[in-house]
Amino acid sequence: MTTTTSHASPPAASGSNQPLLEVEDLRVTFGGRKGPQFTAVDGISFSVAPGQTVGLVGESGCGKSVTSLAIMNLLPGRGNKVTGSVRFDGKELLTLGDAAMRDLRGADLAMIFQDPLSSLNPVVPLGVQVSEVLQRHRRMKKPAANKRSEELLGKVGIPDPTRRLNEYPHQLSGGMRQRALIAMALACEPRMLIADEPTTALDVTIQAQILALLKELVEESGTALMMITHDLGVVAGLCDEVNVLYGGRIVERAARHELFATPRHPYTGGLLASIPRLDLPRGGRLNPVKGSVADNIPWDEGCAFAPRCNSVIDVCTQKSPDLAPDEATSDRLLRCHNPLTTDASDSTQEA
Amino acid sequence: MTQTANDAETDSGAEPEVLLDVRGLKVHFPIKSGIIFGRVTGYVYAVDGIDLKIRRGETYGLVGESGCGKSTFGRAVLQLEEPTAGEVHFAGKDLASMKGEELRKQRQHMQMVFQDPLGSLDPRQTVEQLLLEGMRAHGLTKNRDSRQRLIDLLEAVGLPRNALSKYPHEFSGGQRQRIGIARALAVDPELIVADEPVSALDVSVQAQVVNLMQDLQKEFGLTYLVIAHDLAVVRHMSDRIGVMYLGALVEESDADDLYGHPLHPYTRALMSAVPVPDPLVEDTREQILLQGDLPSPANPPTGCRFHTRCPWAQATLCDTERPELRELETVETSKGHRVACHYAEQILSGEIQRRT
Repeated sequence: MTTTTSHASPPAASGSNQPLLEVEDLRVTFGGRKGPQFTAVDGISFSVAPGQTVGLVGESGCGKSVTSLAIMNLLPGRGNKVTGSVRFDGKELLTLGDAAMRDLRGADLAMIFQDPLSSLNPVVPLGVQVSEVLQRHRRMKKPAANKRSEELLGKVGIPDPTRRLNEYPHQLSGGMRQRALIAMALACEPRMLIADEPTTALDVTIQAQILALLKELVEESGTALMMITHDLGVVAGLCDEVNVLYGGRIVERAARHELFATPRHPYTGGLLASIPRLDLPRGGRLNPVKGSVADNIPWDEGCAFAPRCNSVIDVCTQKSPDLAPDEATSDRLLRCHNPLTTDASDSTQEA
Repeated sequence: MTQTANDAETDSGAEPEVLLDVRGLKVHFPIKSGIIFGRVTGYVYAVDGIDLKIRRGETYGLVGESGCGKSTFGRAVLQLEEPTAGEVHFAGKDLASMKGEELRKQRQHMQMVFQDPLGSLDPRQTVEQLLLEGMRAHGLTKNRDSRQRLIDLLEAVGLPRNALSKYPHEFSGGQRQRIGIARALAVDPELIVADEPVSALDVSVQAQVVNLMQDLQKEFGLTYLVIAHDLAVVRHMSDRIGVMYLGALVEESDADDLYGHPLHPYTRALMSAVPVPDPLVEDTREQILLQGDLPSPANPPTGCRFHTRCPWAQATLCDTERPELRELETVETSKGHRVACHYAEQILSGEIQRRT
């Protein structure tokens, strides 16, 4: 490991380890020139340390997937502008050449995508797809790579891996495809894993299996995990630190216990209040966040969430809030002019 | 199956009227092979013998994982899928034996809300045309001021008046689902079958639609059959819940009792797998991880269909005999809590322990 000079790390970043991935002021803009511009990711900063699980949570359109694609350098070459800085183990990824990036991707920095069927090549047997990674990055010979692939498939819980090596993606169930995708991501024992909604397409019992697998991986091999999801339930069980995204910006960042115990941003509170909970008494109505993302105002005119917010005050539509350490709890970063009170969290959840 | 008992209950009158009474419903899809003759080489047992009753004004939730046959069941109830066997009594009439015009007339009383709000709305029809189509088909536009009716409908589902002249693509996902609901309501139905009504929506919007459906139920006295994979949503909306596994009900109970006293091993596993947005709960609760995937419905396991994955499976009975849905005689469970497990009592009392 090369030693890197520590950059101004955000106060809420937990873990004493040197961060492995540092994202600073990442901004992704689509369109431009003649057409209208759209800023999907609007100045996001966070870091992930080895053995740490960091969650990015938000609803569709909040920029969470674009963030992961930008980190992996997977956005199309044209039609978008990426600025800011992404450092992996001290190396700047945004300016890294294509060849160097290819060496890194799949070896040290791997990704699990949401939709396993469209992420696997439909006309290539599974075994070839897994061993390809090993042949490319570990320079393994074919027989050795095949043997290792078999071990990997077995490790992620695919029954009868020898037979599965010769099967095509369509012959596998959704859960098994997702496992195969995880096996490919894990093939070279990456130090950093980005999982973009890895369980969204799966049934809950299969989801539980996959999440247990990821948890075990982080605990055993100290992999850094970046978890992108819309499901607060998944976050509650898995992530050490949670970033809540809204309209391309982080609106709240806290360790998971603090976040769920006292959500401070009205959006976080609103999300928690809109989920029916299995473990609480039934009855009563849900408290949804009103409106939809279409109601957002641009960030430079104020707070994008203001039109949907229940605790909106005048300043919310006049001045854009900054992401700053929260004074009341001092355990998190918060982007809000009028946060929820620290003791009101229970009532929002019960309602 | 036990038809006489069912009839007696219906007549007793102490309970609210049974609106939908499904008896022994089966839907088997043939698997064909060969090019010209299309020999039938087997069947997919999508729905394999379901009895259930839905009372007027209640919400019945049907949960299960993908491939368990819950959507096929919903479609078969509405006769959108032809049942292989069984009866579907709607307000006393057997729909399965009806055909043609007679069945079409009945459709006015039962409507469906689909999962994919964009895919189920004709992209070339305006909202007005979408809503009027069903009303015309059932002759509801003749005597009434249909314009006022449309505006009332939109108001009921929380859409602005100017939505009438817009096309589906101009709306957000939540609004489209509202249009789908308005379309179902347009013909004054009694029963609405909602197949995954909120699973395509973001959580904040999902809660809006759930609330809307509950409000409409009160306002119009609707009866719902809600089909979904999300146990938390189903439990929130439903009065009674049926849990499906591989084409059959494995447990049926009041919504509260199901969480308080889950009896079937599959229900337990399902509940323990649902993530709870609370780290304190997540860190302490016990998870029952099931091994493997759902078996193929074309070749279901013998005996209890869950025995291949069941952590409580026993050496006898489980793999040979298919358990009936029965009521347990214990004090803890409420009346009408039925379970299809040979060893439900022993598992409840702790006599049979889970293998880990």
